[in-house]
Amino acid sequence: MNSELFRLAAPQAFFPVAGKMLPWFSFLAGALALAGLYVAFFVAPTDATQGEAYRIIFIHVPAAWMSMFIYVMMAGWAGFGLAMNTRLSGMMSSALAPTGAMFTFIALWTGALWGKPTWGTYWAWDARMTSELVLLFLYLGFIALKGAIQDPARADRAGAILALVGVVNVPIIYFSVQWWNTLHQGASVSLTRAPSMAAVMLLGMLLMALAAWMYSIAVALARLRRIILERERDAEWAKLQRSTA
Amino acid sequence: MTGFLTVLRRELRIALRRKGDALNVLVFFVVVASLFPLGVGPEPNQLRAMAAGVAWIAALLAALLSLARLFAADYADGTLEQMLVAPQPLAAVVLAKICAHWLLTGLPLALVAPLIGLQYGLPADALCVLLVSLLVGTPVLSLLGAAGAALTLGVRGGGALLGLLVLPLFVPVLVFGAGAVTASLIGINPAAHLSLLGAFLAVSLLVGPWASCAALRVALD
Repeated sequence: MNSELFRLAAPQAFFPVAGKMLPWFSFLAGALALAGLYVAFFVAPTDATQGEAYRIIFIHVPAAWMSMFIYVMMAGWAGFGLAMNTRLSGMMSSALAPTGAMFTFIALWTGALWGKPTWGTYWAWDARMTSELVLLFLYLGFIALKGAIQDPARADRAGAILALVGVVNVPIIYFSVQWWNTLHQGASVSLTRAPSMAAVMLLGMLLMALAAWMYSIAVALARLRRIILERERDAEWAKLQRSTA
Repeated sequence: MTGFLTVLRRELRIALRRKGDALNVLVFFVVVASLFPLGVGPEPNQLRAMAAGVAWIAALLAALLSLARLFAADYADGTLEQMLVAPQPLAAVVLAKICAHWLLTGLPLALVAPLIGLQYGLPADALCVLLVSLLVGTPVLSLLGAAGAALTLGVRGGGALLGLLVLPLFVPVLVFGAGAVTASLIGINPAAHLSLLGAFLAVSLLVGPWASCAALRVALD
């Protein structure tokens, strides 16, 4: 491994690098979102069965993807920090958690708004919705635990243990809820959409997903910079940084 | 092994000297389960359909209530620190405490649950399934809950936080435990549910003590 990468594991070294990366990811997020929204609203055709209401998938699906992906990333960073004892990893997981929780909430919210016109109900105890709700609880637990522990090093390690236990549980929860749903099939709401999706719809969705991805990186970096400054507030370089900023 | 037995014996002896603690959890379980019919009405068919869910949710809450105390007293008087530096492996100590917790809460809960099932009008075979599902499922609550209890040790707002941390992790136990009873009610063989519950127990046996030990080391750092 080259030593340059190791050097970046120090919060002080990563702080300016994150600052340099931030505008690029912000720009990419904005550009991709504009392109994605253009495709979503002006290029993609009206759906034959769902009308205009289907256009919410351009927000809904990327948000749902990100909600799960960020949890895995967060647990990955947390576990890495626990194993290697790197301070930056714990900060990274703290920086990712609120964004993940936000995307989970957006996925649930847009799902409810989409459900009303298409299935006639805001909420159904469908397997995916229920497991997404449990995922939101897992995020909230992680954030709450980190918030409740004063000492940042201890908070990082406790959060890491929780995130690792959670990431083992996420697939089990998903399959258990799915099975529970097939047993209790009360209101029969089918999630299976039309078999194939028009290529242009897929393009819009992919653009939006990439935009969400870039946005997550940009926001996580910005939040990471704040966390670094807060935790290193007694270090000389951080004081200097704040007086110039 | 001797470490395990010593701690187990100690925990049980302490509990026997303070019988009220374990008994209160049991009474709490019965009270919660008895309140549901007052809330939803005495319609027998409806009650029969909810019996398993009510018994399991009451069990989750009762477990949560008792978990908050799992490490607290030993943490407060410094015993836990001594256990950490003792030559016996911490995992043995933690596993003994988890075992004691299950013997004092999970096991009595499971044995009382058929009585509640009877109040809800469950038939005999469903009562047996309820008993078995609780016997297999409640150790999971002790195992995963111990990790949550260790994580929230000495943290402000510990009680509510513990619920937020561990209740989502209990979802599979609830689904398969209550599912087994419901399955037997509608004439499906509950063996599949119970096997999955057993599988989840095996996973928690692996994850729970590891996470508890790691969390205790963090808490007493």
